Amino acid sequence: MRTASTCLTALVLTSALLLSGCERPPPATEQTGYRGQSMGSVANPRTLEMREAANQPPEAQPAADPSGPRASTLYQNVKVLGDLSEGEFIRLMASMTEWLAPADQSCGYCHNLDNLADESKYQYRVARQMLIMTRSLNTDWKSHVGETGVTCYTCHRGNAQPQATFRQDPGPRGAGGFTASRQGQNFAAMAVGSTSLPNDPFSRLLAYAGEIRVSTPTALATGNPRTIQDTEMTYGLMIHMSEGLGVNCTFCHNSRNFGQWGDSPPQRATAFHGIRMVRDINIRHVQPLAAILPPERLGPEGDNAKVFCTTCHNGQPKPMGGAPMLQNYPELGAVRPAP
Amino acid sequence: MAMLSFEAKYRVRGGTLVGGDLFDFWVGPFYVGFFGVTTIFFSLLGTGLIVWGAALGDTWNVWKISIAPPDLKYGLGLAPLAEGGLWQIITICAIGAFVSWALRQAEISRKLGMGLHIPVAFSFAVFAYVSLVVIRPFLMGAWGHGFPYGIFSHLDWVSNVGYQYLHFHYNPAHMIAVTFFFTTTMALSLHGALVLSATNPPKGEDVKTPEHENAFFRDLIGYSIGTIGIHRLGLFLALSAAFWSAVCMLLSGPFWTRGWPEWWNWWLELPIWR
Repeated sequence: MRTASTCLTALVLTSALLLSGCERPPPATEQTGYRGQSMGSVANPRTLEMREAANQPPEAQPAADPSGPRASTLYQNVKVLGDLSEGEFIRLMASMTEWLAPADQSCGYCHNLDNLADESKYQYRVARQMLIMTRSLNTDWKSHVGETGVTCYTCHRGNAQPQATFRQDPGPRGAGGFTASRQGQNFAAMAVGSTSLPNDPFSRLLAYAGEIRVSTPTALATGNPRTIQDTEMTYGLMIHMSEGLGVNCTFCHNSRNFGQWGDSPPQRATAFHGIRMVRDINIRHVQPLAAILPPERLGPEGDNAKVFCTTCHNGQPKPMGGAPMLQNYPELGAVRPAP
Repeated sequence: MAMLSFEAKYRVRGGTLVGGDLFDFWVGPFYVGFFGVTTIFFSLLGTGLIVWGAALGDTWNVWKISIAPPDLKYGLGLAPLAEGGLWQIITICAIGAFVSWALRQAEISRKLGMGLHIPVAFSFAVFAYVSLVVIRPFLMGAWGHGFPYGIFSHLDWVSNVGYQYLHFHYNPAHMIAVTFFFTTTMALSLHGALVLSATNPPKGEDVKTPEHENAFFRDLIGYSIGTIGIHRLGLFLALSAAFWSAVCMLLSGPFWTRGWPEWWNWWLELPIWR
């Protein structure tokens, strides 16, 4: 009898301990495929609420008068926003200050306040490249950003540098001998959802056009040059995408056959373009800036902070819950003819 | 059908759980009993409904026939027959048949004057099934979370459910369950090899005794669990495998919605080394 009650107490305590790290039912679920396939999302409704609260778009400045002379004729050295009216130009400058400049520096964060056209500050040159990038995203990458579009705030969110970024990460240093290197894996890395998968799949797959697809299209895996390491790197990237978007694998894939487009939800196509977009951002716009950045902006490997999915998405399937960013700031979209 | 010489002494009356003497008889070698009748009823009805469901579907390919549960929008309510209602009735039939079978095992055990080990063991398998199609869907708020009845389709379901938690191998209860499954097979293989070796001696030698078997394992690993012990161990390992696989599924969804790797953050965040 005593043994029985001891066992029972141990069982109750163990279950209580096991459940204490868990969440309570019911979860918020959504079905995206045919019934019974378990395609769709499973989420904690309280987590969803928290994420929504943490991802509110900023209030837009009142729209500016688009008429009048163009900024290129009014100001000197305006290379990207020359097609804007004076009102639009001033409004965008004010918004950028609000979105990302440190409060105590305001315009002076990027500009030489004695000569606003002066390019001497590195922030000024970075901002110009970022404006080129933003207009490119809103026009060339509609396959990913759609009509929702992006503004500086989509990534910056009040910070001079977006908070979720990646740098080359060789992982923790080993002691030597057999433990000299972890081969960039087998360490509970937060970037890949606390798994032991490669802790930096990004340098190769998001800042360089490395091959992501690893599965063999034939029944027998003959002639597939992809390795286990390649596969784990892809898995690491996919875990990052899941964590960054706050979704699970079945948001984009039917795991029956990950690579088959016919079985995949339409979100996978958006994500496919997203990966190419992030590579374009990093290779064409962000990495070249390393040359003009001060040392404190560079990581231990000498590279600058680069963009991955979390940078914009911040834990949501659509950044800012899908709030239309471009709509209030058409200045950041395609060049418009003057009215 | 002729009775075997020893069968008569096992065909004893009584020991039924319900209905007294009503169904307390044999048909050929088979004991009937109240629960034998209910088993037949539920099995035939359920199987018939599966065939009906297959007829409503678009294939007679045995691998691809699938009776899918309702859409999630029906929640914990009833769905139209062709849209998951069949799955709901088939589920009731399956549970009815499985539970009847367990109770029939209990009646037979009582007739034979033996313990209830067999119905108890079988009920762990029934519990695992009920966890997947009743308890977990109930906790998640929709019957649509049950698995479809089809050879391929239920595997697709398993795969997708696993990947909804990013990496299912990090599920602690899954780890325990898998370990028990492998340990079960290992114990069974060791036991089977031992018994077959002992009972199939080389030509000219006698069949070996349990003492010989004990001696073999004492030589090999310094310990022999014994002839009864190995069966108790086997039962424990097998039941634990079924139990923990039910638990690993009951946790996934109702009690954990994120990636399983993240669950281990409590370990990383222990104040000793965080």
